[in-house]
Amino acid sequence: MQVVLTIVGKDKVGITAKVTNALANMNINIININQNIMQGFFNMVLIADMEGASVTLAEAREVMVKLGEEIGVEIRLQSEEIFTAMHRI
Amino acid sequence: MLYNVQDIFETTRMITENNLDVRTITMGISLRDCCHPDIKVTAQKIYDKICTKAEKLVKTGEDIEVELGVPIINKRISVTPISMVGESSDASDYVPLAQALDRAGKQVGVNFIGGFSALVDKGYTKGDRNLIASIPEALAVTDIVCSSVSVGSTKCGINMDAVRQMGEVIKAAAERTADRDAIGCAKLVVFCNAVPDNPFMAGAFLGVTEPETVINVGVSGPGVVKHALEQVKDGDIGMVAETIKKTAFKITRVGQLVAQEAARRLNTQFGIIDLSLAPTPAIGDSVAHILEEIGLESCGGPGTTATLAMLNDAVKKGGLMASSYVGGLSGAFIPVSEDAGMIAAVERGSLSLEKLEAMTCVCSVGLDMIAIPGDTSASTISAIIADEAAIGMINNKTTAVRLIPVPGKGVGDRVEFGGLLGYAPIIAVNPFKADKFIARGGRIPAPVRSLTN
Repeated sequence: MQVVLTIVGKDKVGITAKVTNALANMNINIININQNIMQGFFNMVLIADMEGASVTLAEAREVMVKLGEEIGVEIRLQSEEIFTAMHRI
Repeated sequence: MLYNVQDIFETTRMITENNLDVRTITMGISLRDCCHPDIKVTAQKIYDKICTKAEKLVKTGEDIEVELGVPIINKRISVTPISMVGESSDASDYVPLAQALDRAGKQVGVNFIGGFSALVDKGYTKGDRNLIASIPEALAVTDIVCSSVSVGSTKCGINMDAVRQMGEVIKAAAERTADRDAIGCAKLVVFCNAVPDNPFMAGAFLGVTEPETVINVGVSGPGVVKHALEQVKDGDIGMVAETIKKTAFKITRVGQLVAQEAARRLNTQFGIIDLSLAPTPAIGDSVAHILEEIGLESCGGPGTTATLAMLNDAVKKGGLMASSYVGGLSGAFIPVSEDAGMIAAVERGSLSLEKLEAMTCVCSVGLDMIAIPGDTSASTISAIIADEAAIGMINNKTTAVRLIPVPGKGVGDRVEFGGLLGYAPIIAVNPFKADKFIARGGRIPAPVRSLTN
């Protein structure tokens, strides 16, 4: 199953490093990253594969939300199904 | 790139900023096999069946909520009209059955359970009479049970005996819960053309054409529609309709996904998606504010019926393609107490009971969650029900009345129901009487348009 992470917040050093490190620790494989800085704000959309992950989606979500609070950015982790449903016919 | 980044941020913004949610996953459970001559046994069978069938409903809803990242606000249950389930028993008081529903609903963790209902479009059976007589007490001694009575339809005409009785039942329910601002009436709906697969409360029940168990889902999203319209401030009305349609499509796709997933995990049938724009009292989740965004100074003023008609139609057109099975009520809801914009419109004097009645000709349901003075007579309430039922009967659509005559309160006062039920300023009722009309009783014949065969 694929998941979509969206990360939004004030830019600082090391956001991508911490996020990708946390995903690696859960054996979640990154498929695509799209990241930019707009007016000092960090925006990232990261698509990852949960196949082979050592945790469930709910557990991964909890880890990432907590990490977001530590870094000071908002991290959402959702199943890709909601985006497929809304934006693909 | 698998997805457009803009699309992804659009979806997350809908959820985080515009209150996109799935309003309810409602599990329909047939209680037709719970009938028994001893009402105590009937009550036990009802309790046991609901607890078994809906055991995993709330947990499943919560799991889907986490995985998809979209809030699912309510998990609810609708059951076979209890008038049919209680009818085989010798008892004339069906309050124990309402209490069984209440206990079962609380046990499985849902926030409302609907179906303390009777369908008397053309006349009463023994069970219908017993059930309707039990409504005021049942709503007073239970917390989450919702009741509805269908008094007419396009095919059957309007049962004016039932219309007269429901005015009295609404008054009695208000008196019986006078200490709680007549909350009993907030859980009681009178229908014309009631639908068997409505997932929304207080009018949900599982019709006789429905399967053993079924999952029906109600979507929401007034905040998302309003945000989308803020992007087309200079467009003509065709562009406004097009924008609403596209937005409704996206909202409904989420509901469809949730419904399919819930049905699969609960090993039950997927019934329908109800394409309703259901507001909440939360800021930014109002149908009235959509109409004002289109260009009205205040909801209830001239232009309200036209904008609401366009909104309702565009929501259906967008939603229809997004789901394979559409049903329920499907349209824009205009409850007063549950919509911050409606409440404000009443308070500033732009929205009256008569304008609300006009609006119900073009929206999905009817006079919904409207607090009226406590001294309004039963026959006046019955006459309002008759007017609303006539609109439904003639226009071949569902209409409903959920009025709350608040004892001891008058125009200018406010009532607070809390939570999703919100709060409401008391609205004025036309003082001229219809006592003689209501006292006549009988049945309004089915209209010409019922003869379609």
